[in-house]
Amino acid sequence: MPTKVRVSATINREPVDFLCEPRQSLLEVLRDVQKLTGTKEGCNNGNCGACSVILNGRLVNACIVLGVEAEGAVLETIEGVMGSNGLHPLQTAFLENAALQCGICTPGFIMAAKALLERNPRATEGEIRHWCAGNLCRCTGYDKIVRAILDAGQRLEVRPS
Amino acid sequence: MRAFDYSAPQTLNDAIALLAKKGERARVLSGGTDLIVQVREKRRELDLMVDVKRIPELLEIRFDAAGLTLGASVPCHRIYEDPVIRRAYPGLVDAAFLIGGIQIQNRASLGGNVCNASPAADSTPALIVHHATCVIAGVDGRRELPVEQFCLAPGRNALGRGELLVSFHIPAPPPRFSASYIRFIPRNEMDIAVVGCGVSLSLAEDLQTVTSARLALGAVAPTPLLVAEAAVALVGQPLSAQTIDKAAAAAQAASRPISDMRGTAEYRRHLVGVLARRTVQKAFERAKEAVHAN
Repeated sequence: MPTKVRVSATINREPVDFLCEPRQSLLEVLRDVQKLTGTKEGCNNGNCGACSVILNGRLVNACIVLGVEAEGAVLETIEGVMGSNGLHPLQTAFLENAALQCGICTPGFIMAAKALLERNPRATEGEIRHWCAGNLCRCTGYDKIVRAILDAGQRLEVRPS
Repeated sequence: MRAFDYSAPQTLNDAIALLAKKGERARVLSGGTDLIVQVREKRRELDLMVDVKRIPELLEIRFDAAGLTLGASVPCHRIYEDPVIRRAYPGLVDAAFLIGGIQIQNRASLGGNVCNASPAADSTPALIVHHATCVIAGVDGRRELPVEQFCLAPGRNALGRGELLVSFHIPAPPPRFSASYIRFIPRNEMDIAVVGCGVSLSLAEDLQTVTSARLALGAVAPTPLLVAEAAVALVGQPLSAQTIDKAAAAAQAASRPISDMRGTAEYRRHLVGVLARRTVQKAFERAKEAVHAN
């Protein structure tokens, strides 16, 4: 029988060691082993983006990464987005633009938007919509989410975090 | 998910030894965007995943006089972010930028896409029109196989026991060459091709006469199709509405689509004609633009 594997990684700037079975996805490891339940399970097959996290600087769906693949990796989840001086500009912009309703997709959208704005804070509406094609929201109709990301881009240009 | 073992060998020989030992019960893990879902949904049973992403050759992008060596596990984003690939291999860039969303493009590889052997795989027609060959390593050494011969049936590829797709070799493009891949889906992103079409062509110095051409189709047969007759309609002729129509008709004649939830056979055959025209036109425009850019 497969035994548990010891994995060392960095999650939200903290070095961590954990044990996991090869069959456990990174999403299960984050939620069930690390108790970081901000990352949500939606479809669990790579379509909806609710479990988006940043792995070695790249946006991925945690449900289709194995926990054991995180050996040596640097991970960023929604729990690491808020800085020491309060909410990240993206979080503020989501609140002020009422860019969420049920909230299940929100952590994934914020991680996706963060990965985009870190590359290009001046992303246009078209670029934002294309980038977020892998994040599904069944409540908002997307418009307020897109406006919040545009708003956050402006805030980041004024006050880089 | 059902339990399995995981191994991440650092050398090709170690990976081959594991695959040879476990046979059908082992599977190569690259980006995992197909494999992990298949295992979770019990569409595939295995005892071992062999993660090949710690083997340097699988992640290599290398150019030399002979062309491009593209590691089988290189994720899509590295393909469309690479300035040389963008210039010389635009068909690959089109396909890599169409597969899934950003999250998928950051993990999924062309090697995985081809090995998964879906009839609708976006990268396979693009690789075929760029004359890509599969570099396969196994216990008895290496062999090469043109990409158009690699897929045998839906979900079935030409790899034998203990064999591994290491990389693609893609020849350096001739002068005045370009390519394009276009797929039809009923929305803008995140869907599986109803039909996909790849075209490459090179032009004579007059920038009108086609000197070489390839046309490949996806999602219209059990495996991606290279349509030799479409090339015959184009090569040696100045590109015109008439020759494009002939190539499109040849593509339609070669396609053997089925009817399913994504479209009827009749609809797909119609789409083949539309996409073939657009893709030839796009490759032609790009070949001319590339000359002006130089």
